[in-house]
Amino acid sequence: MTLAPAKYAHYFADFQALSQGPGAGAPPWLKTIRDNAWSRFSETGFPTARRGNERWKYSNVGPIAKIDFGLASGAAPVNASKALAPEYQLDGPAVYRLVFVDGRLHSGLSSPANGSNGVRADSLATTVADGSFDLEARIGNYAPLDDDDGFVALNTAFLHDGASVHVADGHSEKVVIHLSYVTTETAIDSAPKVTHPRTLVVAGRNSDVTVVESYTGPQDEVYFTNAVTEISVGEGAKVDHYRLLLDGAKAFHVGTSRVNQEKDSSFSSASFALGTALARNDFEVLLDASGAYCSLNGLYLTTDNQHIDNLISIDHAQPNCTSRLNYKGILDGKSRAVFGGEVMVRRDAQKSDAQQTDKNLILSHSAEVNSKPSLMIYADDVKCSHGATAGHIDADTLFYLRSRGLDLDAASRMLIHAFAGEIISTVKPEPLREYLDTLFSAAIPDKSLPFGITR
Amino acid sequence: MPASEKNATPMLSIKGLTASAGDLEILKGIDLDVFAGEVHAIMGPNGSGKSTLANVLAGRPDYTVTGGEVLFQGVSLLELEPEIRARMGLFLAFQYPLELPGVRAWQFLKAGVDARRIHNGEEEMSAREFDQMLKAKIVEVQIDPDLIKRAVNEGFSGGEKKRNEVLQMAVLQPKLALLDETDSGLDIDALRIVSEGVNNLRSPENAIILVTHYQRILDYITPNHVHVLFDGRIVRSGGPELAQELEEKGYDWIKDTVDAGV
Repeated sequence: MTLAPAKYAHYFADFQALSQGPGAGAPPWLKTIRDNAWSRFSETGFPTARRGNERWKYSNVGPIAKIDFGLASGAAPVNASKALAPEYQLDGPAVYRLVFVDGRLHSGLSSPANGSNGVRADSLATTVADGSFDLEARIGNYAPLDDDDGFVALNTAFLHDGASVHVADGHSEKVVIHLSYVTTETAIDSAPKVTHPRTLVVAGRNSDVTVVESYTGPQDEVYFTNAVTEISVGEGAKVDHYRLLLDGAKAFHVGTSRVNQEKDSSFSSASFALGTALARNDFEVLLDASGAYCSLNGLYLTTDNQHIDNLISIDHAQPNCTSRLNYKGILDGKSRAVFGGEVMVRRDAQKSDAQQTDKNLILSHSAEVNSKPSLMIYADDVKCSHGATAGHIDADTLFYLRSRGLDLDAASRMLIHAFAGEIISTVKPEPLREYLDTLFSAAIPDKSLPFGITR
Repeated sequence: MPASEKNATPMLSIKGLTASAGDLEILKGIDLDVFAGEVHAIMGPNGSGKSTLANVLAGRPDYTVTGGEVLFQGVSLLELEPEIRARMGLFLAFQYPLELPGVRAWQFLKAGVDARRIHNGEEEMSAREFDQMLKAKIVEVQIDPDLIKRAVNEGFSGGEKKRNEVLQMAVLQPKLALLDETDSGLDIDALRIVSEGVNNLRSPENAIILVTHYQRILDYITPNHVHVLFDGRIVRSGGPELAQELEEKGYDWIKDTVDAGV
């Protein structure tokens, strides 16, 4: 085992405590994965050196590296976690909910599926223990350790609990999986908490799965969420995916999502981010077989000194695939948004159809956006487009609303809400759509006046 | 006619109004009284300032008022924010209505109706009452109900946008409607429908200022007064026959008479 550099001693102590404590009973393959991951992390560390690192050019993870986060463990009282989990109910005959409190499945708040009807949705720890699903072949398969910034390695080193979802081949009945990752308040005199939420979703052939991932925690505390999600969309399967990054105003969130699509599969995703001090959404989809379709939508709203970094990549590795990428941002205060869109069309990926856009609405003089969509096309028979915009509320449009009796605040609020609405309206489950609509409506800054207009 | 009631107070009284856009002086001294129950047509060649007049009255921030006074229902208008003017019952039908992607027409119109009601010390209209009223107006204005389900003006044709302005006017029931070249670019059917919308609004309590380049719409809406605006001033006023004369002689006739100092 590699020795940890002194600066990561804190993580190393927690790593050893996990290996020798709750994680000691893990099968050898899992121990090997963890050990390899730790070795990897201790080599790479955090991507604090940004020079020449295009993936982290505009985002400084120094604040994360500087704090000695302690591994959160154990379930907090039910009431505490209830208060922090998003309040909406997803309805349907096959709805399974897994709530993770400080990294551990909370059985009292969860309704797992044991696999008897073709759906297995349970904690990774349980799935590992009962051996009901071949996790060894899957974990780390879509989010491998190489070609990583250190965050996936760190998450994998702490692989113990998390969500394991498997929908059997041919299970065509719609399945809804609701995953809540909750960080609770830090006890007095304790180190700020880190959790490493891990999600594996395997949607079998021709299955129809909706996955909602949400991340929440206390508003006024420093903590760190280092999430990794792996999703495999089987042949002809359809996955609707929602990611709710709702960590607190002093929290750090680094999310890495890796999606693998098989033949004629469909993956529709909407990522929402609101209110987190430093947030990273690293989302990669591999269109790995002909006829796959993906649609990646995103909405972020930042205020104060918040910073969000979306790095969205789509790899057209095979012919006849279609991708749609549409992210929108609303920036206020001194906040900053980074958008990197990378669409790669490989040489054999003829008849690829790719569109990507990033649109930003800037409400304050001090807010800043760095948007760099890019297309790398190595095939010759393709249909691709990309674009990015950053603008303010249009003064003429505002006058149009005011001439109908709406005051400046109501008018700008209506326009900002409409701007966000394009992404919110892509959410299919109604309770979730309404929840997000309410959440983002309430977050629209009050005095969001356009440039040049003063009271 | 109310206009003949010499003792009546005008609904709108414009005195010596001057306004500019940037360094360019556009309105060079407008005097105009509009009484309740009247329809005034303001005609003039391109660049004469007729659209500027309508927009200055509605409070468009692009223009700077440099002098003069405007009283609307006895209240000095020019210091008021555009939304206050709207809540007092002033309405501008835009020459180029804007598209509002993501803003539903229902929500947009109800917000306007409610803002005015609250201004007048009334409660917001119930959703049900508003629904019924909107449905009736949709029929009245003969607008495609499907258009109203979409975002405001998004992807509408020019004619549909103008018709939507007339619908908004019908819903908001203004005291004073300013129509800024609402007739431009309309085919004959749309023109007739728009005109009917305007005629429906006409009542002894309301007034309408119709800004237009062409005499054509005046075949459907008979004005009480016609004014010709030229180079930022009203150079001629008369009855409907003035519009007819303009149609026959063209705007060059106005230019020549102004140049000749007639």
